[in-house]
Amino acid sequence: MYSETVMDHFRNPRNVGTIEDANGVGEVGNPMCGDIMTMYLSIKDDRIDDIKFQTFGCGAAIAVSSMLTEMAKGKSIEEAKKISNKDVANALGGLPKNKLHCSNLGADALHSALKDYEDRKAEKPRGELKRKEKHEHVGGEKCYCPYCDVEIGEGETVCANCALTVDVGQQD
Amino acid sequence: MNILNLDHISANQLLPEVQDAMVSAIKMGYGNPSSQHKMGEQSSEALEKARESVAALINSPSPKEVVFTSCGTESINHAIKGVALASADKGKHLVTSNIEHNSVIRSIRRLKMMGYQVTSVPVDKYGRVSPDHVTKAIRDDTILVSIMHANNEIGTIEPIEEIASITKGKKVTFHVDAVDSVGVLPIDVQKLGVDLLSFASNPFYGPTGVGGLYIRRGTNVWPLLEGGIQENNKRAGTENLIGIIGLGVAAELAKRDMDARLSQFKRLREKFLKELPNYVDEYIINGHPEYCLPNLVSVSLKYIEGESIVLMMDDEDIEISTRSACASGSLRASHVLLSIGLQFAEAQGTLVITFGLENTEKDVVRFLTALKETVKTLRNLSPLYKKAHQTEH
Repeated sequence: MYSETVMDHFRNPRNVGTIEDANGVGEVGNPMCGDIMTMYLSIKDDRIDDIKFQTFGCGAAIAVSSMLTEMAKGKSIEEAKKISNKDVANALGGLPKNKLHCSNLGADALHSALKDYEDRKAEKPRGELKRKEKHEHVGGEKCYCPYCDVEIGEGETVCANCALTVDVGQQD
Repeated sequence: MNILNLDHISANQLLPEVQDAMVSAIKMGYGNPSSQHKMGEQSSEALEKARESVAALINSPSPKEVVFTSCGTESINHAIKGVALASADKGKHLVTSNIEHNSVIRSIRRLKMMGYQVTSVPVDKYGRVSPDHVTKAIRDDTILVSIMHANNEIGTIEPIEEIASITKGKKVTFHVDAVDSVGVLPIDVQKLGVDLLSFASNPFYGPTGVGGLYIRRGTNVWPLLEGGIQENNKRAGTENLIGIIGLGVAAELAKRDMDARLSQFKRLREKFLKELPNYVDEYIINGHPEYCLPNLVSVSLKYIEGESIVLMMDDEDIEISTRSACASGSLRASHVLLSIGLQFAEAQGTLVITFGLENTEKDVVRFLTALKETVKTLRNLSPLYKKAHQTEH
């Protein structure tokens, strides 16, 4: 099911943990869709000096978090912002179709932490940690039914092939 | 280290006696049971012998009431769609429960797309259907009630006899999905009082690709497969004779060894539940403490996610499951676990452990020892664990 790289990052996740004096924290996901990721950044001189994560989720979610921290570490803020969902999935040697949303979540968590850093720097009032991520189709990525793997059209909530409800929804 | 299988609900190895019967049937050569020559005749005899063994296992009054199918899923589709189509002129309303297997759910959803109406009754925190809810759900145009015997994710056994007395009184056909019960626990279709009962061969160590449907005489149900006159006109298609021979032998062994198997499972399950708190904390045992499958334990480990546990345990050569294999790969939390009131995160961290004949009490200890380490690793990774314990201090 998973590539060797995914299994390696799952078995030996890099940069696990928290940073006590982090100056950027991002949290995305909810248990309803299966995964929650928290990213901690320590940014010095506009560069990611240290990055740690904690993830509640499947094998893919853990591997995505781990890979992402490796990719982001040492990068400038501008470089890190450019890391996309696709870059993470590609670096992992691909993900099963119905697990691509995990890679979305990973990059979202990093971007959310970067935004938190910039907000703090600009002394914007610190909002609630972002828990709800709107599901977006980025760069022509498609959604697939988790039950039968058939492509699901934009905005569809019932799979036309297997008749099961497929909307992820949000937990309140 | 050798592989430890604690995922018997997903697949079982064939018993040696079953293998021998199937291999010798292959070697002896076989014909088409419908043919009128000697080889056909011999095959037909083998087929009917297997039917008698299965009828004896479920105490069917006549072997003719047993129809062989290709799997439990086919049996369920046959029962539900077959009754719906045969009784469409009488009504288009079905009653089911919130915790059925996908073969029931999807069969019924397909019928919904064709204009049928459905009432799905809730379950209590143990996963039990209340017979009162079934009574209330039945309408004048209700043609079928379909409730499972034992749930495949939490093991809870439903009050089938009580529901059957309701459906009998209201003259509504009653189908029971007993795929994870037949051959595992004593099942008596006459005592249960059901009209249709689906089962499969693999849960009691017969081959995959064979199942059966008990159809009480006089039940109005159309075939799912149309064609020849096989299976007393109830299921067309040349029979999977080798598979059915294996099923027959597995049924004989299940009947013969039922008591010994039940006491072995009881011992393993008790050992598991007694030892578990010595290895992990913060968990929930799902299902009914008394009315439950003897070979299944469902446990929700808080703050961590099931697939990660399964993958890590697999690295230790231990096979377990997060939920039914049919549904794994699905990203949604189990409808069964949400129906009994678990939170989403708890549902995501649920393991299904199913014991088999080769398991010993040593296996339970090996599993728990590995589980302890896995839970520790994953909780260390989990933002939920951190949060829960921060608020405590």
